[in-house]
Amino acid sequence: MSGYWTGIVTILAINVVFAYGIYLAVATGQLNLGGAGFQALGAYAAAWLCFELDWSPAWTIAAGTVVAGVIGMGIAIPILRLKGVYLVLGTFAFAEVVAGLILNSETLGGAMGLPVPAYIEWQVPVAAAVACALLVFYLMATRFGLAVRSVHDDDVVADLMGVNVRGVRVAAFALGAALAGLSGGLYAHAFSYVEIQGFNASLSIYVLLYVLLGGAQTAWGPLVGAAFFTLLPEAMRSFLPAAKEAIWTAFGVTGDISPPDESWRFVVLGAAVIAMMVFRPEGLVTRDTFAFPRRRSPAAAPTREAAE
Amino acid sequence: MTALLKVEGLSKSFGGVQVITDVSFEAEEGARLALIGPNGAGKTTLFNLLTGVFPQDEGTVTLAGQVIDGAPSRRRIGMGMARSFQNIRLMPHLSVVENVMLGQQHRRSGLGAMLSPLTLFGRSESWREAEALIADMGLEAWMGETVSTLPYGIRKQIELVRALAAKPRLLLLDEPAAGLNGTETAQLRDFLARISGTGITLLVVEHDMSLVRSLCDRCVVLNFGRKIYDGSTAQVHEDPLVLEAYLGARHSGETADVA
Repeated sequence: MSGYWTGIVTILAINVVFAYGIYLAVATGQLNLGGAGFQALGAYAAAWLCFELDWSPAWTIAAGTVVAGVIGMGIAIPILRLKGVYLVLGTFAFAEVVAGLILNSETLGGAMGLPVPAYIEWQVPVAAAVACALLVFYLMATRFGLAVRSVHDDDVVADLMGVNVRGVRVAAFALGAALAGLSGGLYAHAFSYVEIQGFNASLSIYVLLYVLLGGAQTAWGPLVGAAFFTLLPEAMRSFLPAAKEAIWTAFGVTGDISPPDESWRFVVLGAAVIAMMVFRPEGLVTRDTFAFPRRRSPAAAPTREAAE
Repeated sequence: MTALLKVEGLSKSFGGVQVITDVSFEAEEGARLALIGPNGAGKTTLFNLLTGVFPQDEGTVTLAGQVIDGAPSRRRIGMGMARSFQNIRLMPHLSVVENVMLGQQHRRSGLGAMLSPLTLFGRSESWREAEALIADMGLEAWMGETVSTLPYGIRKQIELVRALAAKPRLLLLDEPAAGLNGTETAQLRDFLARISGTGITLLVVEHDMSLVRSLCDRCVVLNFGRKIYDGSTAQVHEDPLVLEAYLGARHSGETADVA
């Protein structure tokens, strides 16, 4: 593969791991807008252990996963008392605290960032992404997954049915934080350098979008969402200028025309996101996507009431 | 006969509003007890107190000889108490089987049970048990459907099956016949009689008096959070306090069908 494509595949794999981390929290009905904070914890833990103590990538990445997971659990216990928009703001504030601490830490390089001497090939993030996908698919097929989905639907009834609502939420959030930390460790070694400016609010927003627009109902959602939003801007890089030229040529205009050029692809992406929110708020992939066409008795047709 | 459920001096207020005042009654093992009263009498609040959704201010609830005051709501289903809801509260994005498997949760909440797959490599024991129960209730046609797509009457029945999956000793039913047509209500009556025949104690909140009369021989009547009647269902429409509660003091001399 060319350097361009290995770069794309690496970032795609890291985004898939990251998206699964956020998905686990979202699947219980909690929006985690602090993704970048957990990824930064994993990335800096791996970078520091590699740079200062010369640990090998396998150990630094494992340590980054554990650090993010443990801090995720510690933060989940108080923060999951919040509900709705306050929870979202709480996770967001957490990521800002992490960024602020790292920016002001001389040990972690401050605004200069840290170099990461040990390098991993693109196969490592891809293997990690496959493993994460399998893990999440497995978890969602267990009784734990059933509990996660019922907490998402109705936490009062889930509790009355005997589900430990708080335990399920904390476990899903902490495991998700660990996966976000794993994606950070992979990032540090794949790109050989970490700087805190890269782990910003828009990263947290993007990864949450992968999950919500991919679809939070099934474990396919994060995979499809991350793939769609990582590959679409790349595809538009060449498609957009080509399409523009074709249109103008059709009107008989030639020569140097601008804009829109390829830098406008994020405008198109933004418009696509808004269109998705309007026309398919439940995400690209839903449970019904995989339902086999079934024979239904006429009585089974959705009623007005059922559509609520 | 011993009392399975014993409620003594139960009271609850929300802010300054007294919703339940000093309510006491007993339900014997295997009994079919109706709980009736005008809208806002506190019937659903009483259910919420029994299942631990809110704590009571005063009073004691005893289930099978065990005082359950202060037990967290999620533990009470394991003590033998399952319920249905006035407005159906199934998990809308889960299938019928998955909802019924949720009813088994309290019996399968260990770490091993939580982390073993329900369907991944063939159907698990939980899955087969849920399927058998659904088939037993004649609902196998809906097994894999997502609940939010099903008609009202079916969802109402599935909520009952979910409660049964918990293998309760006491079943609290909050208006099981609300929204059902005559045929469906008759089916429900037979169904509840069958459940009762297996030894499960029923406590039923219901407005449909013909269902109450044909199913329950005893009823407790609440009005403004107080118990005003506890006795035979056949005679309830002759009780002056009950007539006053439903018709107002001015008309209580007239005879009328309660509810």
